Amino acid sequence: MTAADLARPEGGQPLLRICNVTKKFQDYVALDDVSLSVSKGEVVCLIGGSGSGKTTLLRCINQLHDINDGTIWLEDELVGYRQDGLKLYPLTEKETIRQRLKSGMVFQRFNLFPHMTALQNITEGPVQVLKTPRQVAEATAMKLLERVGLATKASSYPSQLSGGQQQRVAIARALAMNPKIMLFDEPTSALDPELVGEVLAVMRELAHSGMTMVVVTHELGFAREVADRVVFMDRGVIVEEGPASEVLVSPREARTQAFISAVIG
Amino acid sequence: MSSPRRVSDNAVPAMPGPLKISDYHVVARPRLGRWISGALIIAILAMIGYAFATGKIEWEYFWQFMTVPTILAGVANTVLLAVLAMIIGVVLGTVFAIMRGSDNPIMRSVAFGYIWLFRGTPVLLQLMLWYNLALVFPTVGIPGVWSMRMIDLMSPFWAALLGLGLNQGAYTAEVIRAGLLSVDTGQYEAAKTIGMTRLKALRRIVLPQAMRVVIPPLGNEFILLVKTTSLASVIQFSEVMYNAGTIYYSNARVVELLFVAGAWYLILVSFLTLFQIPLERHFAKGSLSR
Repeated sequence: MTAADLARPEGGQPLLRICNVTKKFQDYVALDDVSLSVSKGEVVCLIGGSGSGKTTLLRCINQLHDINDGTIWLEDELVGYRQDGLKLYPLTEKETIRQRLKSGMVFQRFNLFPHMTALQNITEGPVQVLKTPRQVAEATAMKLLERVGLATKASSYPSQLSGGQQQRVAIARALAMNPKIMLFDEPTSALDPELVGEVLAVMRELAHSGMTMVVVTHELGFAREVADRVVFMDRGVIVEEGPASEVLVSPREARTQAFISAVIG
Repeated sequence: MSSPRRVSDNAVPAMPGPLKISDYHVVARPRLGRWISGALIIAILAMIGYAFATGKIEWEYFWQFMTVPTILAGVANTVLLAVLAMIIGVVLGTVFAIMRGSDNPIMRSVAFGYIWLFRGTPVLLQLMLWYNLALVFPTVGIPGVWSMRMIDLMSPFWAALLGLGLNQGAYTAEVIRAGLLSVDTGQYEAAKTIGMTRLKALRRIVLPQAMRVVIPPLGNEFILLVKTTSLASVIQFSEVMYNAGTIYYSNARVVELLFVAGAWYLILVSFLTLFQIPLERHFAKGSLSR
């Protein structure tokens, strides 16, 4: 038996492949047989109402949640398990970390480390986990801060930054680990309306730089402009997916139409 | 309007005078209650002071014994015991608090059992058990390699340190666990996503934030511990209470020497409380309410 026996994804070798994934919380089915693949350099926006499973799907990709069934493949590597014939061995903490570092995560509520400055937040991972020399890590962090437009805020603590600035630092923190794919979990939902734009601008620049991104968002304008593909989820299943111009402008499914008209108002 | 400047276009109630508070002299309200209660307290304190000054207390003994070598040695032993027991307590408490949050059921049970046992029995009893351990295990050691008589090993100091340290660890574990619980789960998740192991996330991200919450109750615990060291007098450890006792058994100045010990406890606690301020400031790094 080889690894190929395990329903290995075929075709153009996408960076991320989610195959028939089911995730339950006790009896509640959060994801029901969900399949989705993302190619290198692609930007995919997940949209849908609350409880639709889009955040859960994102969190399964970097193993913040375990999945109950199906498989997830990142860079052609099975996520969470080592396969030997028909046996699966859960990965050790060390191996899990190696896999998890392929993805960078940006949270809805930033989750910056409040006892560290913006610069320390960014260098923490490289120095503590990747064992990058501190000077090198700081130089890289300064470049990243410049990239997100916050070079002057290096020594500010998160409490001294606005929500938009905190989220931009959080993006820089994730980028500092050199991820293959960036996962965004409603990155602008906790922001005051006037601060949304600055975060979206950073994400737009990131998308144009060729970063592979999966973005859970309610910003349909952003999705329409930046996403290569939009995926609409409802009650744990993918209802509709396709180019932004189709899903957002002329959705086929009634549920998609209802959601989009509700969001646009 | 007699107002010197136009303040607002809004219609205001007719007011004979300027329209801004800053143009007036604000007359303070009389604080009669404060004066009366203050006078009352002073009177009561004066009466208590007079009672003690004229009571059957020889104050010259108090001052004389405050600084005799026996008392000072006792104070030093009290500080030594309290500080070492607290260090043991914080180390054990941190370890067991982390174990209680572990996903390993054996770790969790061990931590639960430890806390249950040492919190569930009086510390006085624990001290006496450690001190009398030789009655259960006459010798300790590795059979055939090395052994020692327990009665030589378990001196009053070691019995007191073990007893107080282990007991303190059980209480501190719960204090630190409360601190760990106070840190948002998003912090663990963020640490995970930048590739930290659970232990590294605890050490670098969660514990420093928990410390902020934990220091005031730990200060409480430490003050309690400084005074609990007096229980070690029961097992002949020569801390300040014990040494005060040896003096008043010979000179019968019981109250004077109890006052001496009491004064030293107050001094110690006041002094040690000062350390809390820089500690709190250190761990408040990055928080707005500094």
